[in-house]
Amino acid sequence: MTNELGESQMSSDKASVDISDFTDSGDYNLRLYVAGQTPKSLAAIANLKHICETYLAGRYTIEVIDLLVTPTLAAGDQIVALPTLVRRLPPPLKRVIGNLADTERLLVGLDIRPKGFKSP
Amino acid sequence: MNKQTQPTHAESIALTKTPTGIRGLDDVTFGGLPAGRPTLLCGAAGCGKTLLAMTFLINGARDYGENGVFMSFEERAIDLEQNVASLGYGLADLVASKNIVVDHVHIERAEIEESGDYDLEGLFVRLNHAIDSIGAKRVVLDTVEALFAGFTDTGILRAELRRLFAWLKEKGVTAIVTGERGDGQLTRYGIEEYVSDCVILLDNRVEDQITTRRLRVVKYRGSAHGTNEYPFLIDDRGISVMPITSAGLGHQISDESISTGVPGLDAMLGRNGYFRGSSVLISGLAGTGKSTFGAAFIDAACHRGERCLLFAFEESQDQIVRNMSSVGIHLKPHIDAGLLRFEAARPSLYGFEMHLARMHRDIEDFGPSVVVVDPISAFRGPSLEIHATLVRLADICKTRGITALFTSLSAAGELMDESERSVSSLMDTWIGLKDHEANGERNRLLYLLKSRGMNHSKQLREYQLTDEGIELIDAYIGTEGVLTGTARLAQEARERDASNVRAQGIKRRRREIARKRASVERQIAELQAELVAQEAEINMMIEQEEAQEVAYADDRSRIASRRGAAP
Repeated sequence: MTNELGESQMSSDKASVDISDFTDSGDYNLRLYVAGQTPKSLAAIANLKHICETYLAGRYTIEVIDLLVTPTLAAGDQIVALPTLVRRLPPPLKRVIGNLADTERLLVGLDIRPKGFKSP
Repeated sequence: MNKQTQPTHAESIALTKTPTGIRGLDDVTFGGLPAGRPTLLCGAAGCGKTLLAMTFLINGARDYGENGVFMSFEERAIDLEQNVASLGYGLADLVASKNIVVDHVHIERAEIEESGDYDLEGLFVRLNHAIDSIGAKRVVLDTVEALFAGFTDTGILRAELRRLFAWLKEKGVTAIVTGERGDGQLTRYGIEEYVSDCVILLDNRVEDQITTRRLRVVKYRGSAHGTNEYPFLIDDRGISVMPITSAGLGHQISDESISTGVPGLDAMLGRNGYFRGSSVLISGLAGTGKSTFGAAFIDAACHRGERCLLFAFEESQDQIVRNMSSVGIHLKPHIDAGLLRFEAARPSLYGFEMHLARMHRDIEDFGPSVVVVDPISAFRGPSLEIHATLVRLADICKTRGITALFTSLSAAGELMDESERSVSSLMDTWIGLKDHEANGERNRLLYLLKSRGMNHSKQLREYQLTDEGIELIDAYIGTEGVLTGTARLAQEARERDASNVRAQGIKRRRREIARKRASVERQIAELQAELVAQEAEINMMIEQEEAQEVAYADDRSRIASRRGAAP
């Protein structure tokens, strides 16, 4: 369900991650829900990419879902606020809402330790 | 030309309404909720908000061909289905047939981290998708205030809610938004600010350990509406609001009179019974047979083939049937024939309003022509409330042309008690039952305190409960007051003796007169006989003297001729 929106930017990231790495708890499977190309959506995508590159280089995949295109997906992940970032892997499921401008909160929300420590 | 176009213009502007299909609520709102607009439904926990909202959707899908979306922020879809199944709502079927969509919005504060600016577009997307997927016309958000627990930034929330309600309006769906009652305002987070077209308040008040559900339309922009608090019921027959709208006295009246079931009483009333559609109060002390009068009335009505509804607040159905058969009133056949229905309940089961609402609904369902409430004095509470309840009950009956008979237990020594005083002015006919205690026994007396529009008897009458029902007896009213029972019998015996004595005296006088007449007549006869005898004697003497006179004349002529004198 990858949107054209961020496809080209993220294709390189995706390619760098091997499929088998998903089983490793160190790998991050992130899903970002947005609705259209609003300034908030674009900001969230940019912020997310930046953080991931900084802290999780080579250990993440990002899926961007535009709910205007696929509204049925909203109920499945209990999306109310937008943008919502859902950490599907590693468990437990985590959510961060907003344009992800607050890096500190985003890192807390995703359970990422700045020095590359994994959550216990 | 102008005049012709005006009404059509007004019609197009007039607010269209979406019927809720909830009995009574559509009457209170004069047609339903504002179509295409959101309505706020608020109330404390356990008021029935979710249920009312769900009923709105289900009725819409089932009866009005309008599909609905139920967006629940609290209960899961499966829980909702189970909860409303107890009221006979087949929610699962309507969901399966794609008439209703239930979307459970789950927000877990602990799972959410906020980072930067956000909005609730996700909610809009979900709602929009749900509405469009089945072409829904009705939407319920239950309760949207749960969002406040899920997000910290209330500034964003408020802005988004404002946008949501505007969006709902634009979407043209008729929405119910529920909200929890808050301190000093209608909802905890003040969302009534955003939903301003129609606000309905539910209430569940506990007074003297009895709860009463009430509903009030707080505001309804662009429409008239009933402004009172109306009691409503939630039971196995769903939800029903019972507005008592007949504040006026414009009900039709009838000249027809119907039998009281007691022949003597019919005669006393002067019109062969009560007027149809009138209210009758029978008050009296314990054991005076109030219920029996009620049962006699029911019996008579059932024999005429009319439907009767008996609200019993002190005895159960079986008990009443058994007790009445001991005085020759057999109610069982009427119950079997479906003409008589009992609604027995303890007065303390509900509050007044609930009782009234229940009675109202039962009356509507059963459509009786006779209603008996036995007794109204079972209601205990502030007289104002009792009065309000009974006034409206009497009104309900009167507007439907139902003859209502109320019994009331009065306290000994008191002329009327609280409940009687409060309803006395409502009653068209008031029959008082009295106990008369004298000579070591108690006897029952009946009198008519009033009977509007009838030239009724003013007499105190003794009555007896016999094997064949109620029997009225002429009471003895003499110089010593009212005599009843054995005293009456004794007095009657004394009167009989006295009249015997009088009769004998008359006979004696008659005999005397006859004797006198006989003796006088005898005297007259004697005198007449004497007269006759004397007459005969005198006549004889007259004859003798006349004969002598003739003889003398002869003698003189002979002497003269002898002397030779010429004649």
